[in-house]
Amino acid sequence: MSRHTLSVLVEDKPGVLTRVASLFARRAFNINSLAVGPTEVPGMSRMTVVVDADGDLIEQVTKQLNKLINVIKIVELTSESSVQRDHILVKVRADAATRLQVTQAADLFRASVVDVSTDSVVIEATGHPEKLTALLSVLEPFGIREIVQSGTLAVGRGSRSMSDRALRSA
Amino acid sequence: MSKGSPISPSLMATKSAGAPKAPDRADRTADAVVELAAVSPVLGPNNVVPPTVMTGSEAIVRSLEELGVDDIFGLPGGAILPTYDPLMASNMNHVLVRHEQGAGHAAQGYAMVTGRVGVCIATSGPGATNLVTAIMDAHMDSVPLVAITGQVSSGVIGTDAFQEADIVGITMPITKHSFLVTDPNDIPHVMAEAFHLASTGRPGPVLVDVAKDAQQGQMTFSWPPKIDLPGYRPVTRGHNKQVREAAKLIAAATKPVLYVGGGVVKAHASAELRELAELTGAPVVTTLMARGVFPDSHPQHVGMPGMHGTVSAVTALQQSDLLITLGARFDDRVTGILKSFAPNAKVIHADIDPAEISKNRTADVPIVGSVKEIIPELTEAVRLQFEAAGTPDLTTWWAFLNNLKETYPLGWTEPEDGLTAPQRVIERIGALTGPEGIYVAGVGQHQMWAAQFIKYERPHAWLNSGGAGTMGYAVPAAMGAKVGEPDRVVWAIDGDGCFQMTNQELATCAINKIPIKVAIINNSSLGMVRQWQTLFYEGRYSNTDLNTGHETVRIPDFVKLGEAYGCASFRCERDEDIDATIQKALEINDRPVVIDFVVSPDSMVWPMVPAGVSNDQIQVARNMTPEWEEED
Repeated sequence: MSRHTLSVLVEDKPGVLTRVASLFARRAFNINSLAVGPTEVPGMSRMTVVVDADGDLIEQVTKQLNKLINVIKIVELTSESSVQRDHILVKVRADAATRLQVTQAADLFRASVVDVSTDSVVIEATGHPEKLTALLSVLEPFGIREIVQSGTLAVGRGSRSMSDRALRSA
Repeated sequence: MSKGSPISPSLMATKSAGAPKAPDRADRTADAVVELAAVSPVLGPNNVVPPTVMTGSEAIVRSLEELGVDDIFGLPGGAILPTYDPLMASNMNHVLVRHEQGAGHAAQGYAMVTGRVGVCIATSGPGATNLVTAIMDAHMDSVPLVAITGQVSSGVIGTDAFQEADIVGITMPITKHSFLVTDPNDIPHVMAEAFHLASTGRPGPVLVDVAKDAQQGQMTFSWPPKIDLPGYRPVTRGHNKQVREAAKLIAAATKPVLYVGGGVVKAHASAELRELAELTGAPVVTTLMARGVFPDSHPQHVGMPGMHGTVSAVTALQQSDLLITLGARFDDRVTGILKSFAPNAKVIHADIDPAEISKNRTADVPIVGSVKEIIPELTEAVRLQFEAAGTPDLTTWWAFLNNLKETYPLGWTEPEDGLTAPQRVIERIGALTGPEGIYVAGVGQHQMWAAQFIKYERPHAWLNSGGAGTMGYAVPAAMGAKVGEPDRVVWAIDGDGCFQMTNQELATCAINKIPIKVAIINNSSLGMVRQWQTLFYEGRYSNTDLNTGHETVRIPDFVKLGEAYGCASFRCERDEDIDATIQKALEINDRPVVIDFVVSPDSMVWPMVPAGVSNDQIQVARNMTPEWEEED
């Protein structure tokens, strides 16, 4: 099983997220992560779906997604041809004795401290999933209280825009 | 620029063929644009209606009229009441059913015989959920259907209001698409989009759920509306290069088979199919959904494949070196165990739905498009190929298949209990009615016998619930078929189990003068389940005895039940009465006919490929497998 990142341009209509999510569920496809938000084109949203699937299955996933009427276009983004980022918020135990160590660890990963209390800090980090995994393993010994993580966001490198091309071919 | 690779249906298809270059997408797009410009995506005559103020419910009725709808099947209730008021003034024929499931199946039957979109209407909540089985059935068998449901007012959606059900959510997995309308101004374009989606590409059911306040509110109606479906671009033209590749394979094959599915019926491509078949000289198998699209009487027809297919059809597929798959989807009931299915065959797969290609069986040459356009192009390409490379010699292949046809014809053994053989009843109905009749089956043994023992010579003559296997399909679907084709004899060939699920529509038929003929093949049991219990559960008949047949309490008495519904009703229990009873039924055209054919519960459907084994294990009778002496 290999990991695939699909960028899915959809019409911003009620129920479109349900349609995509329920398609994955009923066809027994596994979603690793899902992120959705508006785009530069009014009325269009973009979903980034990370799927674990082998070659035949990813083809079937894509074809089934294409059958959804609200799905306008699907592009598979490889790691070489795209920028991929996850976003994470971690609440870590940190009292007066350990706070400095924790914030130094965050600095090493270019993460920032966005909330401080007497016995904890909240660290915000952005990056490739592997980087965030590394950050978490460094923070782990201090005691992780909460993790909130976004789905992967991905955009193709270079000047072309996915929604531009979609509109032209429509 | 983004370096991502766009994944379009046509691209996917080519990719899976291992073709190194992507097809010329610019060309394809240009073609599609020309086609779209030539034909309006809005169904119907596209009359121009200048802006007119009306209510949402008037707009629903007006949209249906402008879309060219003549017949609707439905049942009113609170949330759809506003729409039923203007419907009363319309020239459209509304058939008031007795259960919403009946409306759904009737719309399916109507669509199957006419090729037009079937329309059903129900109210919110239980009215809408009663449509679910029919919607799912239409989804599995790709039937163009538009289901209109009332919904509670938009202000109370989500509050568990009286008769509120999230029918858009409930039907999401079983519709091609669905709409929830809360603004009456959306009605015309949503209706046009629904009909466009239902009837183009791979046909299917579309749900339009309209909130009550959207029906009651004022709006400005104009026609034709603009269809805005940026994500919907079905490919109809097959890719030229792929078609040429397919022709090369056909010219090189020595054991080709045309594996023909329901898509060829939906595409109205039976004439095109015949031309291709006769040019190639290849044997043709017609699946359960395709019976009649190629004439049974044609010498190249080797039968229906699948779990209860003929030995010749099943073996033709198994031994083939090339499957020319047209509008079929490698369903498990056809393939048996997938990995042992047609192990030596290359596969050409033409289908309008790219997701069907290489879903179950990898295609060597995938062709995405309408078989209506692909088949003639393929015929032309094959003709050129034959001229260049010669016509392949299929003599050995045909000698093998003809031997199988002669050695293992369809047939039955007389039941040992002295009761009538159900197969004989069905065979006689087909023989006395002829190929111009329409035959609608329920699900089970009688369905298989009706597929086997009636001779189909034309498409749209055979209706059944194939993918879904919905017991209770026959009576309402026959009703819809009769509304769509009033001049044809329409038989519902039903089982005693199926009949008890939807026979309330006999009231609809009797009152609305829809004179269908119902043949209940009454073996007093859930026959197919009983057959499996006989074969695989040591004859332990757990909950399959229905007590409707010979020497039982006969509850219900189907003759009395038919009479209660205003139908001419007969019982036939002896072989010598079969023909006379069928003749009597054929002479009655002023009301529905119900015949209780009392038959043996012990008759079984043969041949049979038991579930979970290879098609090579086909049995012509219990524990009897053909000898494959000529197998190579």
